[in-house]
Amino acid sequence: MEVVKGVDWQKPLPEPDPLYSVFWEAAGEGRLLYQLCPNCGHRQFYPRPLCLACGADPEWAEASGVGEVYTYTVVRQFGAPPFKDELPYVVAMIALPEGVQMLGSITDCDVDAVRIGLPVEAYAIAAGDGIGIPFWRLR
Amino acid sequence: MAARDPVIVGVGLSDYPKAPDLSAVGHHAQALQRALADCGLEKSAIDGFLSTGGMAPGDDPVTLAETLGIEHRFIDGTMVGGSSFEFHVQHAVAALRAGLCETAAITYGSDYLSRMGRALGTGGGRGGRRVGGPMQFDAPYGNSLVGAYAMVAQRHMYEFGTTSEQLAEIAVGVREYAGLNPNALYRDPIGVEDVLGSRMIADPLHKLDCCVVSDGGGALILTTEERARDLRQPAVSVLGAAGGMTHWNIHQMGDFTRSAAARCAPEAFDQAGLTPADVDVLQFYDSFTITVLMLLEDAGFCAKGEGGPYVAEGFLRRGGRHPLNTDGGGLSSCHPGMRGVFLLIESVRQLRGQAGEAQVPDCDVALAIGSGGWLSAIGAVLLGRGGNA
Ligand SMILES: [Zn+2]
Repeated sequence: MEVVKGVDWQKPLPEPDPLYSVFWEAAGEGRLLYQLCPNCGHRQFYPRPLCLACGADPEWAEASGVGEVYTYTVVRQFGAPPFKDELPYVVAMIALPEGVQMLGSITDCDVDAVRIGLPVEAYAIAAGDGIGIPFWRLR
Repeated sequence: MAARDPVIVGVGLSDYPKAPDLSAVGHHAQALQRALADCGLEKSAIDGFLSTGGMAPGDDPVTLAETLGIEHRFIDGTMVGGSSFEFHVQHAVAALRAGLCETAAITYGSDYLSRMGRALGTGGGRGGRRVGGPMQFDAPYGNSLVGAYAMVAQRHMYEFGTTSEQLAEIAVGVREYAGLNPNALYRDPIGVEDVLGSRMIADPLHKLDCCVVSDGGGALILTTEERARDLRQPAVSVLGAAGGMTHWNIHQMGDFTRSAAARCAPEAFDQAGLTPADVDVLQFYDSFTITVLMLLEDAGFCAKGEGGPYVAEGFLRRGGRHPLNTDGGGLSSCHPGMRGVFLLIESVRQLRGQAGEAQVPDCDVALAIGSGGWLSAIGAVLLGRGGNA
């Protein structure tokens, strides 16, 4: 996953939390993570302190960084900056071939060209403190 | 009916859709006063109290109980968003049957419009900040409340061919009822073309696919059938009450075309020994037009995916098979942040035959389904007329 640096990040950031920080730090290094259960093989996202299927301790696994649009919207009204200044933009649920879904935003495209089923590829924006925030582009 | 069967005996609405002189707690108090006057009970009779909190300072259940002067034996502060009050009915019913209390009050109040303005669903209060918990996997992307429901609508359209025209029919029908409610925020008739011509907020939801923002509050008083016999109003029976939750945050909604109503509505019907064909009026959470369509399918009024054509037949309209939201709903009348209590109160008014011009003829069974969060927590309550419905 490409990591884009030098962006002046004005959007909300995750609060430091040991349960989630591994994910954000890995994204800062270009790796997109999800959780895989060593006991039953269940895959899940967002990260949890236990396997949702069997209750065992999950481990981290690296996703391929590609996916497809499961559903999306074009946000055309939002009251607060900095999102207000970027309207319209795409918010989408991305289905990963690994079997998990992630909420994200598809950038660098005509917002009206987005469709369910289109293939997308992840990249990350370095957002300070060594963390990265994953985004998606049409492939 | 058995002596301890739970019934609704009193309902009260506070001033809505605008009440600049009332705080959120003021709405609770006014609605409670009116519900007590409705049934003729003294406040001292209440020994069970159920409320959500979360709308304003001082509205948490324990502070509210103190403020309102309610000494309770049973208290419940379940907060699952807009459907909380359907869950409260479920809990009050269990408490009454078990003898944990004899008379329970459910209250709600909000001054959202007066205090916070209209931008709630489109991120008016969100900006650059740190976000904890699972919402941190949502917050960096600028999703809005409307956007979450829009993603549900988009998937529904993709899988089943549902159209914007079909969704618009829901808003048009509810607005027709709003025209009969002098308190409704918007009363002028609209057509499908007005919905489609209104500003796009988040594709595919237009402004008129979205609920209003208002002030308002409501209260319900429940007691046992035995105690209800000498009260002022005809008792309304709770025939079934069930709840369920599939996820909380929208990014955890695995299948964007199915909600927990697919399980809790059949459970409520089983408790009542009824089917959708027995229902005379629907009071469904209409935060957005797509919310109604999902609840309609999941509750079994039509097959999954057939909600669009079903609505287009006019079945939810005034004079149709299952008239919807006869008070004008959240889409046109009032939506003070959480609307579930209004669904119950309008059901009671219909079953008592007190709905005025909006009265559904021969109304024996009403179904109220609330939706909380992002189609997350769904509560279904079946109510019946009189003690023998
Ligand atoms: Zn497992």
